[in-house]
Amino acid sequence: MPKDSGIGAASKRREDVRFLTGTGNYTDDINVYGQTYVYFLRSDVAHGRINNIDTSAAAAMEGVVGIFTGADFEGIGGLPCGWQVTDRFGEAMQEPAHPVLAQGKVRHVGDPIAAVVAESLQQARDAAEAIEVDIEELPAVVDMKAALEEGSAKVHDDLTSNLCYDWGFVEDNKAAVDEAIKNAAHVTTLELVNNRLVANPMEPRVAVGEYNRSNDESTLYTTSQNPHVIRLLMGAFVLGIPEHKLRVVAPDVGGGFGTKIFHYAEEAFVTFAARKLNRPVKWTASRSEAFMSDAHGRDHVTKIELALDADNNFTALRTETYANMGAYLSTFAPSVPTWLHGTLMAGNYKTPLIYVNVKAVFTNTVPVDAYRGAGRPEATYQLERVVDKAARELGVDPIALRRQNFISEFPYATPVAVEYDTGDYFATMDKLEEIADLAGFEARRKESEAKGMLRGLGVNCYIEACGIAPSNLVGQLGARAGLYDAATVRVNATGSISVMVGAHSHGQGHETAFPQVVADMLGIDESMIEIVHGDSSKIPFGMGTYGSRSLAVCGSAMVKATEKIIKKAKKIASHLLEASEGDIELKDGQFTVAGTDKSVAWGDVTLAAYVPHNYPLEDIEPGLEETAFYDPSNFTYPSGAYCCEVELDPETGRVTIERFAAADDFGNVVNPMIVEGQVHGGIGQGIGQALLENCVYDSEGQLLSASYMDYAMPRAEDVPFYVVDHSCATPCTHNPLGVKGCGEAGAIGSPPSVVNAVIDAIQSSGKKDVTHIDMPLSPQRVWAAMQG
Amino acid sequence: MYAFDFEKPTTVADAVAALADDEAQPLSGGQTLIPTLKQRLAMPSKLVSLTGIPEMQGVCKNDAGEVCIGGATPHAVVAAEAAAHYPALAALASNIGDPAVRNRGTIGGSVANNDPAACYPSAVLASGATVVTNNREIAADDYFDGLFMTALEEGEIITEVRFPVPQAANYQKFVQPASRFALVGVFVAKFADGVRVAVTGASNDGVFRWTEAEEALSANFSPDAINGLTVDAGDMIGDLHGTPEYRAHLVGVMTKRAVAAAS
Repeated sequence: MPKDSGIGAASKRREDVRFLTGTGNYTDDINVYGQTYVYFLRSDVAHGRINNIDTSAAAAMEGVVGIFTGADFEGIGGLPCGWQVTDRFGEAMQEPAHPVLAQGKVRHVGDPIAAVVAESLQQARDAAEAIEVDIEELPAVVDMKAALEEGSAKVHDDLTSNLCYDWGFVEDNKAAVDEAIKNAAHVTTLELVNNRLVANPMEPRVAVGEYNRSNDESTLYTTSQNPHVIRLLMGAFVLGIPEHKLRVVAPDVGGGFGTKIFHYAEEAFVTFAARKLNRPVKWTASRSEAFMSDAHGRDHVTKIELALDADNNFTALRTETYANMGAYLSTFAPSVPTWLHGTLMAGNYKTPLIYVNVKAVFTNTVPVDAYRGAGRPEATYQLERVVDKAARELGVDPIALRRQNFISEFPYATPVAVEYDTGDYFATMDKLEEIADLAGFEARRKESEAKGMLRGLGVNCYIEACGIAPSNLVGQLGARAGLYDAATVRVNATGSISVMVGAHSHGQGHETAFPQVVADMLGIDESMIEIVHGDSSKIPFGMGTYGSRSLAVCGSAMVKATEKIIKKAKKIASHLLEASEGDIELKDGQFTVAGTDKSVAWGDVTLAAYVPHNYPLEDIEPGLEETAFYDPSNFTYPSGAYCCEVELDPETGRVTIERFAAADDFGNVVNPMIVEGQVHGGIGQGIGQALLENCVYDSEGQLLSASYMDYAMPRAEDVPFYVVDHSCATPCTHNPLGVKGCGEAGAIGSPPSVVNAVIDAIQSSGKKDVTHIDMPLSPQRVWAAMQG
Repeated sequence: MYAFDFEKPTTVADAVAALADDEAQPLSGGQTLIPTLKQRLAMPSKLVSLTGIPEMQGVCKNDAGEVCIGGATPHAVVAAEAAAHYPALAALASNIGDPAVRNRGTIGGSVANNDPAACYPSAVLASGATVVTNNREIAADDYFDGLFMTALEEGEIITEVRFPVPQAANYQKFVQPASRFALVGVFVAKFADGVRVAVTGASNDGVFRWTEAEEALSANFSPDAINGLTVDAGDMIGDLHGTPEYRAHLVGVMTKRAVAAAS
């Protein structure tokens, strides 16, 4: 029986009431008395030297409060990078400066050159048009391989080349991997592109800076997934404002998908300018600005080789990837193609030897950073595509080949440095075969063929490392921050509870799911518990939400804090009941002396804590509030198996997704409805990447897909009704809830099954030479491949 | 956008007078013009709304049996009210953009703008419709004049479009994946005296009649009649979403499908 409350219940998302009735409080809803507006004048060339900026005419225009250029930020810090990668040779990556406003050069279309602050946005925009900028255009660096050639123009003149780093992992395995591939019975090779994406959250980025002269305090309201990370980076590295004088608030945020993790120039600017001008400053991105200033995702070019022995056992895997960093290093950019990608290359398989090489490259494009899945979709895509190609080359069933090579014993230490604590890949594959009705596929294919259509079936597995993650480990890997999280459980006198959490909810449903956990532990009603998040002045110093970490890391901190609450509450109860502490049991919100009918209610205990007339003041403090910080001992490893069925119109190349099934192992599940919603959304984004989305620059570095006229987002009609299942649960062994995280799985697990299905459909028509098409599998690409 | 004056006349005569001012521009449904203004790509001194003029609204049938659509009639109204008179035209209107676009965008605005990927120009051309303005009647064959170019003169307003009703007709649109405009759209109309085929979305010269296909279909109105016929890829648009060769191929496929659906 499904539960109707607490852990495991499909409680309705309480936050949706305000989101769906238009009463949410987003950053753009925040307006401060005396507010001014900033408009950023952005570069329309990809690469150029700034010879002169003349703001004199603009400065004299009506309503202008102040105009800033890169010169105003000399001596002030640039935007910091939060992760330092060490290359194959033991050297630190090349790390260029990233000024808030361009200094000396512009390096991508959209790079901010000047900022105009005015009484109205209209006035700011008018004045920006009056700024005269003399830019000497330079050759644009766009193609990654060309960028690394001798004599290429350099994105950063002070670096030795456009190579950020050349990373090898595990470098000590390289010779053995090369040898194994040379001696293999069969090697399957695949070259592919993981297409560049624009995250496109529904809410564009917004920032409001405010300065209070009376107490020297700055406040930044911003569309962020992690207000404390922004406070840390901006306060310490950019503007030099100590934490106690800087408040960062991320109120309701309309979707992040990774792109709102990072610290952006606009946030630093409004905070800086508010202080300089002693006026609040507001910036709201237009959708066009979002396309050219939000960090992009993916953009890898990869060659992968899978070696198999004569019995089709995987013996070695070698990859070479070019990863686009864009023009500057966004906050976590260097970690994505390395530690979030290379460490996942074992996938669900016991391949003994693996070597991953990644060359990260600077180009005159928007910076690239984490986007839903971040590195793990790139790893999954290439691995599951090459396994599928190997099965076709060897003439074996792709599911059987996978099963034969599955990891079967846990914990399992991969050759790429991570240890999977638990999983059951056979169980999820069994479940997938059942829910996808694989047995009925041939009949469905015949139906399609009778209509003149082709039908294809694609399957893949995935593994991800989530719950990011152990601070001591990520510190060794180059992270410049801790990755614990924190929660404060504040029990009020009447028994209601406020839980202040470091995680941030921007679509994940924390306000519903987190109270379910606390309610379950205390035996009280969920409605008595409220989650507070997003305001650095209200919550403990936590690290925010990304990497499917909120419940696994911050939720664990909340459990630890609640355990402290229970311990103290039992002490109070034992005093009230005149019994020994060890005899007190808490059930359904009642404290009972074991084996007796003596009890006090939750509310009696909480009231006693704040009205301590009858209270053991000599033993314990009054009040009932506890904080816990939690740093996990390992990542979590959600896994699963996905199946996609497509229909393909051979006359036009158009692909439609007819069926999609997902069998996931997320460990324990707090709210199954929210989990299913996360999987649906993730698969939708994966389908978007596989069939539709593509961020394209021309050879001059102009962004061709700069609006929805050319950047194809998935719509409701592009996705099928999903069949999803998460019943094959192997609980995480190292966090108190046994949860693994579900936010990124759909986006990680779905692209390869879509592409595998399309290739299957094409080959079913006899065109066996079509073995790969790069994403997005647009009608013209599919049609063109079928003509070849 | 930049600041502008705004007028909303209630007669065609007043609208024409209002448009006589320098840099004045007509505003119909605004589905192209408003985004252009928001990007500051146009700076009209004055916008003259055409949506408050009763004589430019609605769908009716005249004594000659033509379907007459007021220039400021939104697509959604055409979809609903032309369905009984000219189902293929109503079906085309019902599939332009999304509901918001269909409730604001107008036939006159679309035909005056002549976007090379818009749907309506193909219906106007394939139907041999008449574009009626405040001072003349223009045959479809004389009206379209390349990308975003038409026979309209400065300040001239489309008050009505008159469609002869074919014996059979169908419009097939293959959508551009991002914008959902026509990557290739083909309107086939079969009249007693022959078949007309108009193609939108595909050509560097905007909407065009595919005369080879018209001749073949006039002799034999079946999909097979198209076999072996091709349009010249050299005239086709090439962009992110389709090469010229792909568009040329789709012209054939969509024409066949339109004929099959109309037969």
